[in-house]
Amino acid sequence: MKGMSTFRYVFGLLGGFIVAGLTSCGQSAPEKLVLTGSSTVAPLVSEIARAFEQQHPESRIDVQTGGSSRGINDARHKLADIGMVSRALKGNEADLTAQTIAWDGITLILHGSNPVKALSRNQVLDIYTKKITNWSQVGGADQPIVVVNKAEGRSTLELFLQYYQLNGSDIQADIIIGDNQQGLKTVSGNPYAIGYVSIGAANYELDQGAPIRVLPINGIDATLDNVEKGIFPISRPLNLVTLDQSNALAQQFITFAQSPAVAKLVSGQFFVPAHAN
Amino acid sequence: MRTSAQFDLALKGAAWLSIVVLTLIIVFVLYRSGPFLFAEPVHVLWTGAWAPTEGLFNMLPMLVGSLLVTMVAVLMAVPLGLVIAIFGHFYAPPVLRSMYLKLIELMAGIPSVVYGLWGLVVLVPVINAWIPPGASVLAAGIVLALMILPLITLVADDCFQGIPDAWRKAAHALSLTRWGGIRTLYLPASHARLFAGITLQTGRALGETMAVLMVCGNIVQVPKSLFEPARTLTANIALEMAYATGSHTQALFVSGLLLLLMALLLVWLASRIQRSGRGDSL
Repeated sequence: MKGMSTFRYVFGLLGGFIVAGLTSCGQSAPEKLVLTGSSTVAPLVSEIARAFEQQHPESRIDVQTGGSSRGINDARHKLADIGMVSRALKGNEADLTAQTIAWDGITLILHGSNPVKALSRNQVLDIYTKKITNWSQVGGADQPIVVVNKAEGRSTLELFLQYYQLNGSDIQADIIIGDNQQGLKTVSGNPYAIGYVSIGAANYELDQGAPIRVLPINGIDATLDNVEKGIFPISRPLNLVTLDQSNALAQQFITFAQSPAVAKLVSGQFFVPAHAN
Repeated sequence: MRTSAQFDLALKGAAWLSIVVLTLIIVFVLYRSGPFLFAEPVHVLWTGAWAPTEGLFNMLPMLVGSLLVTMVAVLMAVPLGLVIAIFGHFYAPPVLRSMYLKLIELMAGIPSVVYGLWGLVVLVPVINAWIPPGASVLAAGIVLALMILPLITLVADDCFQGIPDAWRKAAHALSLTRWGGIRTLYLPASHARLFAGITLQTGRALGETMAVLMVCGNIVQVPKSLFEPARTLTANIALEMAYATGSHTQALFVSGLLLLLMALLLVWLASRIQRSGRGDSL
């Protein structure tokens, strides 16, 4: 008898899961949106998605990260309704439509205790190619420099390489990181590290009290103002990309994400709203 | 013994289901890595560099990274786990012992990413202050050791628990000291099960991904010392699968196949060890 009830219990449970899974799919399938891609765009989109869900209680929005290349790939192969891409589209990506929801910059970060206040273009180049290996060579303490680089496929890496005119294989890194958060945690935990992340993410962490220093690039402070004015050297659009206009909810979401209604959310994440420039 | 036919069926069904799922996983990994294995000569897997976008697929540094990190973890966790189990089982007063076991069980339940985060914000800076860059084989080894330590301790404790009462009384009658009993009776009698348990935990360390990804630095190179960063096969899959396309994806599946084969080897080894030990212990 005991066996019977256990059997019923297990199968009842399994059946329950299956039924629950089916019904939830059935109900929300037309109103579910999946967004994948850049870890820079994802936190902002999650916030926007929450606001959107409040206005449209029947919709469910799923935000996943994996880098801009994944955003492109998923949008192209219809694995996601919308791809998140933290750069302009390239020539071979013309099959996709990009809509900018915000602007961001990329800047260098050091640990808060590092006395170095600025690095010239050549110094950065030499540090990332291991021609300079000690902080004392650029006015810091007599400690080896720990170079933090981004993993392949991340648009932050691509923009950094483009601005400094480097090849990926030129960079001699000590640590390779995946997303912005890992980069910020790595640098805030390491007094001798240097890395580069999104200005938005860096200023947000700084605001939360993380021990990091945000460096100016080419003498221009890494602030939102300078990104907004268009004078910050390494800046980029944060885009939502789609393959076609067939998904009404996706279009509705993109329009919402570009509207002035979300401007506060955008600046709250330390990005510049798209309609500002 | 009477048993319910339906319950019997449910058990058999569950057993078959797990076999089918495992087979499907193996078939799927073979299917996805097959095109690569047929298209490319095998030696590309250990020549040149790892630059999949340029057609170079040298996995050797990551294989070495995986093995080295696992070895460091096992070398640290096994002696420590054994000492903790011996202390808990033979030396600790009952109150302390039960507290100890609860604590160890709690440790076993902590998600690996929490160990990883701790490693990233605490351990890596400490190692960095000593020998930069901090993110290293050693850091990953320590984090993994902490993860497998509780299970090694619990397996060992369980082994000691399984020693027949008569043997313990005999040891007592021979007036063996506590340490003498441990050395000549308990450890030898449970060595087969211990090794089997350790082998399974080695497999777990080999397969761990997130915690290692966060602390090992992820540089593709054969590390020259424990303080240098390395990339493991698992971390490589996690870092690159998201954006890989074409032969790059297939190459990542080949590395997955490699991991699967190593895991199967370890499981097979564990069962061999356990079987060989059955004759002379219990």
